[in-house]
Amino acid sequence: MAAPVKSTVDTAMSSVQNLTIGKALNLGLRRAMEADSKVIVMGEDVGKLGGVFRITDGLQKDFGEHRVLDTPLAESGIIGTAVGLAVRGFRPVCEIQFEGFIFPGFDQISSQLAKLHYRTQGKVKVPVVIRVPYGGGIGAVEHHSESPESLFAHTPGLRVVSCSNPVDAYWMLQQAITCDDPVLFFEPKRLYHSGALKAAVDTTATPEPLFASRVLRQGGVDAAATLVTYGPSVKVCLDAATAAAEEGKSLEVIDLRTLSPLDLEPVFESVRRTGRLVAVSEASSESSLTSEIAARVQQECFYSLEAPVLRVTGFDTPYPPSKLEEHFLPDLDRVLHAVDRALAW
Amino acid sequence: MPSPEQWTRPEPGAGPAATAAEPTPEQVIAGLRATTEGGAELTQLLTPEGERIPSAMFDPYVTDVDAEALRGLYRDMVLVRRADREANAMQRQGQLGIWVPLLGQEAAQVGSGRALQARDMAFPSYREHGVAYTRGVDFRELLGIFRCTDHGGWDFQRHGFHPYTIVIGNQVLNAAGYAMGQKFEGKVGDDDNAEATICYFGDGATSQGDVHEGFVWAAVYDAPLVFFCQNNQWAISEPTERQSRLPLYQRARGYGFPGLRVDGNDVLGCLAVTRWALDECRRGNGPVLIEAFTYRMDAHTTTDDPSRYRLSDELEVWKHKDPIERVRVHLARSGGADQTFFDDVDAEADRFAAELRDFCFNMPDPPPERLFENVYSEPSPVLDAQREEYLSYLAGFGAGEH
Repeated sequence: MAAPVKSTVDTAMSSVQNLTIGKALNLGLRRAMEADSKVIVMGEDVGKLGGVFRITDGLQKDFGEHRVLDTPLAESGIIGTAVGLAVRGFRPVCEIQFEGFIFPGFDQISSQLAKLHYRTQGKVKVPVVIRVPYGGGIGAVEHHSESPESLFAHTPGLRVVSCSNPVDAYWMLQQAITCDDPVLFFEPKRLYHSGALKAAVDTTATPEPLFASRVLRQGGVDAAATLVTYGPSVKVCLDAATAAAEEGKSLEVIDLRTLSPLDLEPVFESVRRTGRLVAVSEASSESSLTSEIAARVQQECFYSLEAPVLRVTGFDTPYPPSKLEEHFLPDLDRVLHAVDRALAW
Repeated sequence: MPSPEQWTRPEPGAGPAATAAEPTPEQVIAGLRATTEGGAELTQLLTPEGERIPSAMFDPYVTDVDAEALRGLYRDMVLVRRADREANAMQRQGQLGIWVPLLGQEAAQVGSGRALQARDMAFPSYREHGVAYTRGVDFRELLGIFRCTDHGGWDFQRHGFHPYTIVIGNQVLNAAGYAMGQKFEGKVGDDDNAEATICYFGDGATSQGDVHEGFVWAAVYDAPLVFFCQNNQWAISEPTERQSRLPLYQRARGYGFPGLRVDGNDVLGCLAVTRWALDECRRGNGPVLIEAFTYRMDAHTTTDDPSRYRLSDELEVWKHKDPIERVRVHLARSGGADQTFFDDVDAEADRFAAELRDFCFNMPDPPPERLFENVYSEPSPVLDAQREEYLSYLAGFGAGEH
């Protein structure tokens, strides 16, 4: 094996860069590969093409084909061999091209990746990261717009996170790669190249912990309700809060960031003040993360609640043909409608 | 709705310039890549120059293909290509969300599709627009998938053409099961009503577990299944070498059934070989693997940019092996068709494309309640409630506002 390769992209000139989520993920991967020669990237079209979303752009050129693998076209193969590579001491970062294609790999994820540490009383670690572009709103054909994160959050042994902005994208991906547990890393694909979400990423800053949720918008003493969400719906909720503020309603917005383990203390703290919670997700509602949030909030905040926990989610149908996705996906109006219902309860 | 162009690429100017992939040293030594040579075992009845090559094994399967039949195959391919190009253009104009071009694969699809009998069944992946055409599925019925108004709506049983399958390789196991059913129901044998199934997949799919399992199942149950692999040399950016050390058709031997390679740009060859394979299956000698050696002359989809990973020289070489041109040359040289015929077909293709275009531009959007339909075979109280709540919410915005 060749010695670690120094990146040809000189980013040392400034520690602050204005990046999209996609570029921040790319830079985060680059940093992780520079920091540890055992970090390898593998997946379909991640090498020469740089991934269909260009998240791995330039990495094979700079780090070589032995560290950025254009794998055969088989998701079970990608994840199953990543498990073996991890057992051997590597830290594979797998890309699943679209979330709808992860299911051939579900067996390896559920049966091996999630359970090896437990089965071996901690003797075997499998530090595999599986990057999954997910969510809708891109006008795509079937299997390209789904939100299957709850299936993985439901699987003990896996850690599941989702970023919603460039700063988190940069740091959370590196933190996931250094985590000794397997991490499913869900990326909001429709926001990858959003210029509106470009943000200053300070690569010398101290990042927030990976497995912590964060209050993105404080509601103040007269906060009317709390919105809790993650990934692509964070922007929807922030926009809703801005719109509500114009009508004199103050909303708190919490970005979960970590979906397993859930970090709900900030949610409990907020709900104890606001008395109302709306949980927002593109995933269908039945037996989902939003179900779990509702269950735990009613358990921990029972006497503070002024209204039931309401959910704004995708419907309990398969993801529809994308001409109908505007109806399926939570949007600003549906979120505010739920807030109004909670306030009128 | 953002165009897929916007979400698969960084902002213009933000990414590196699209540059053609450099060949590896091995590829240089090998003379670019060996994509253009099918090897000594390639079955070919019509050369790229339009020359008819006799074949003791396969000629008996095309004795009925006279000049009129050949003109029919030519017409099929021209119409299919014209419709494919029109759909590609309509995607560029924002009328389709995405298009999956079949350019270059007309012979593989028309040849194999025309080999099928009405009672046979075909399982496509998502690029088989030419096969769909031969199964009597109107091109207009394909557009819903790509305009994103539905997930596919043709009458699957009437046409003997299963829904498109987008997850790579899934349909191969489904086809194996269908063919097992044909066998279990006694539809395999020497009688005239014997049935067979054909399953389409690509070179990339051959890496998927589902495809390997499909080989195993079909083999151990003697299923009447023709595995029709269109090796178009590229799985998005990955060449076939990333999927296999040996030619794909040779894999069949390991599973215990015959495999052969046909020139996928030779419509006559594809017709003959597929007829032979289907006959083998109907008689109980299935399954059979056919590797149609062809080339993806356009991008993987309209969101793909092949200039990032392959050399344009390769495309130029394959243009000389065009599936339509060789039939035209053969017909012209053999006196099987005159210029009037070619002009008429071109004119018909233009009308075909214009109708497709007109239809596409006038396709209605599906109503919101469609979202909740057909999740289960029976009405679902949960979904009924979600639908009523959502429609009532929508009504609150006033008609047509949301």
